[in-house]
Amino acid sequence: MKSTKPINDIEEIQPDSLHHFAIDRRQFFKMLGSGLAVSFVVTDSLANGFLDSTLIDDVDEKQISAWIHIGENEKITVFTGKVEVGQNIRTSLAQIVAEELHVPLPAIEMIMGDTDLTPYDRGTYGSLSTPVMGPQLRKAAASTRELLLETAGKEWGVDKSFLKVDNGRVVDTKSQKSISFGTLAKGKELLQNINDDVAVTPVDQWKIAGTSVHKVNGKAFVTGKHRYTSDMNVPGMLYGKVLRPSTFGATLKSVDVAAADAMTDVIVVQDGNFIGVVAPSVSIAEQALSKIVVQWDSPQQPGRKEIFDYLVKHSDGDRSAETKGNVDEAYTEGAVKIDQTFHVDYIAHAPLEPRAAVAEWKDGKVTVWTGTQRPFGVQEELMNTFHLSKENARVIVPDTGSGYGGKHTGDAALEAARLAKAANKPVKLVWTREEEFTWAYFRPAGVITVKAAAGKEGKMMSWEFHNYNSGGSGIETPYAIDHQKVIYHPVKSPLRQGSYRGLAATANIFARESIMNDLADELKIDPLEFRLANLQNERLKNVLLAATEKFNWKNAKREKGHGFGLACGDEKGSFIATCAEVVQDDSSDEGIKIVRVVAAFECGAIINPGHLESQILGSVVQGLGGALFERVDFDNGKILNPLFSGYRVPRFNDIPHIEVVMLNRKDIPSVGAGETPIFCIAPAIRNAIGSATGKKLYKLPLLGNSMT
Amino acid sequence: MELTINNKKYDVDLASGETLLTVLRDTLDLTGTKYGCGEGVCGACTVLIDGNPVRSCITRIETLKDKKITTVEGLETNGTLHPVQEAFLEEDAFQCGYCTTGMIMSSVALLKKNQQMISEKEIAQHMNGNICRCGVYPRIVKAIKRASANINKG
Repeated sequence: MKSTKPINDIEEIQPDSLHHFAIDRRQFFKMLGSGLAVSFVVTDSLANGFLDSTLIDDVDEKQISAWIHIGENEKITVFTGKVEVGQNIRTSLAQIVAEELHVPLPAIEMIMGDTDLTPYDRGTYGSLSTPVMGPQLRKAAASTRELLLETAGKEWGVDKSFLKVDNGRVVDTKSQKSISFGTLAKGKELLQNINDDVAVTPVDQWKIAGTSVHKVNGKAFVTGKHRYTSDMNVPGMLYGKVLRPSTFGATLKSVDVAAADAMTDVIVVQDGNFIGVVAPSVSIAEQALSKIVVQWDSPQQPGRKEIFDYLVKHSDGDRSAETKGNVDEAYTEGAVKIDQTFHVDYIAHAPLEPRAAVAEWKDGKVTVWTGTQRPFGVQEELMNTFHLSKENARVIVPDTGSGYGGKHTGDAALEAARLAKAANKPVKLVWTREEEFTWAYFRPAGVITVKAAAGKEGKMMSWEFHNYNSGGSGIETPYAIDHQKVIYHPVKSPLRQGSYRGLAATANIFARESIMNDLADELKIDPLEFRLANLQNERLKNVLLAATEKFNWKNAKREKGHGFGLACGDEKGSFIATCAEVVQDDSSDEGIKIVRVVAAFECGAIINPGHLESQILGSVVQGLGGALFERVDFDNGKILNPLFSGYRVPRFNDIPHIEVVMLNRKDIPSVGAGETPIFCIAPAIRNAIGSATGKKLYKLPLLGNSMT
Repeated sequence: MELTINNKKYDVDLASGETLLTVLRDTLDLTGTKYGCGEGVCGACTVLIDGNPVRSCITRIETLKDKKITTVEGLETNGTLHPVQEAFLEEDAFQCGYCTTGMIMSSVALLKKNQQMISEKEIAQHMNGNICRCGVYPRIVKAIKRASANINKG
């Protein structure tokens, strides 16, 4: 019996590049020194007073100074390559640092997602900020605290054990003498190495971490003063627009840019398949685009009607997640059996701030402000495209108007940089909603087939699970089953696809939890009891029990036309269970109404309960869209519903009563919470619809695409 | 042409025929008002015209002669936040914050109309044209109720 688990590395699906600049095709000579370790460079923004002393080159990431700086003005600056896209990581990381340094939260300033200033970071995705960056900054801050204590001890000739930190000062507990952090550090670099074994504050003694502080820079958002990339205004800035191909995969047949080029103050850029314009305003840029005469060659490609057959037929190999026992034999022997196929549509992230970038070239160095989840990934794209060394490509990410896994690429950054290079002036480029719906990438469509069997007493016996295209995340079952075959079949997708909040786990858990529900139905066992009987993981059982208790699963009265449904799942070390109540409602277009939802979630020790609740609420609400009505419609390489008027997302009137239960496991290290809570809303609703109407649904979205 | 925005007068070149949103953002650098859809269905660009909520992305400036335009930048009085802004902060009624200024402007209009306490259903009905893609609608409803209570307290 073989068990293979090679699938975990393929969670993040990397979208194909949008452009192939002619420049790409030439040999890229690796610049001497481009392989240098990431280093700090003294920059304008530092000189402009971010800090009151300058950091120097080549700071080692092992050293405190790569992460934390204490200014003579007492300001504590923290550096991280993570970015803020609404998950409130700026706040929770600041809480972690403030906790270890015993300073009030406003003393901390976070510098985030700036490739010149912050240590290298792979990106803000995969729920990694809390479990990876959290401990890193906690250790850096605790090491800083110890360094400050040692420095003061030496200065005063007092043993460190008599000293403590309090409110930004080192205090001698005997003499009550004290000195501020700023005076001690003198604005110098903290060159000591971070101590991996440094004592950190135990969770039950947390005073700032573990509390529901508000978003640290919240005031800037309610006043409109925060500048997203799309709000930036750099002196001398021009506006860029890109001519989009007629369909996906179209190649340029002929183009005449003369009329656009003849316009006053308009610059036309043609580079390979890329055609763009720069103008003093967006409307002039749009006029220029409309004057370009272009013909495209467009390949035949499948539409939404054919997509599910296409995906199964074009499967590009197998990637096994789990193979054990003999599923064929065990399936035959089962008392109840189900063999079903599920379809999951492509859906769009539709972040409310579309892709945007401002690019500026100065002395061979490009600086790009852009909303991305991977500043260092975008830096690399810039380096490769424009043949730059690391030092000559800087990416800065202002707090961004959301991402949900949809902003991993640097499409707008490359476009703005290409146009700014031609214009020799700063260029701002903001995608329209239609561009965002069409040329960003999608959550993959998928086909899932499941063959499952259980014994008469309700023990799971056999589990065969195939996922075509949507991905391997969350593909393994948490239920104890001796005979399993679980396989992910990648496909070359006709539409550009990539990561999405929770990745394929939403699709995989939807199929799995639907089948578990239907097996329980056939066995005439309560779906909660059936799950509990086949689950082993205590943490998963705990959220299931917490959700069903709050929901009153066992005792709540089921009124006529009402149905209850539940689902549970885990990914990346966090656990979710969701219960839903729906009612048949013939007055609504959808025929059903969701009455209430309970979501119970556990992700270890909670750092900010208020913001965790928002992440869970937000996941449930966003998950409602994919569960009920979100889908990308397309035919022959064209998106047919590329606007919010054609692509329905959840709105106020769609929101049921939602209760959130958070289990705080202070004994377990914190992990991320942006993804897992989204998984179970779709199967919970699906199972509730089954219980209310007797209809078993096998497609996401469940309700087609009725418009508001 | 002259526009009155947040009680200040601005001279704007009418020849361009732009939308109010573009004029606010690109000409006057009042970027608190956001672009979200360009077809008036997401609410991110909401401003008040004579106190009524309007989608600035589909509003031509020619229609705004002698009208009073209020954007989010005009809500603070003498450095004090509007009660709706305070309530959004208190309830953490946003995640990425991109929809927030539009939400706040729609809420201000709602609370001006409804001096009495309003129900959650009325709030949802009035606010249904504003999209929060992060999905913290329940917190926004709470913020509006809190603001309403504070305004009614005086």
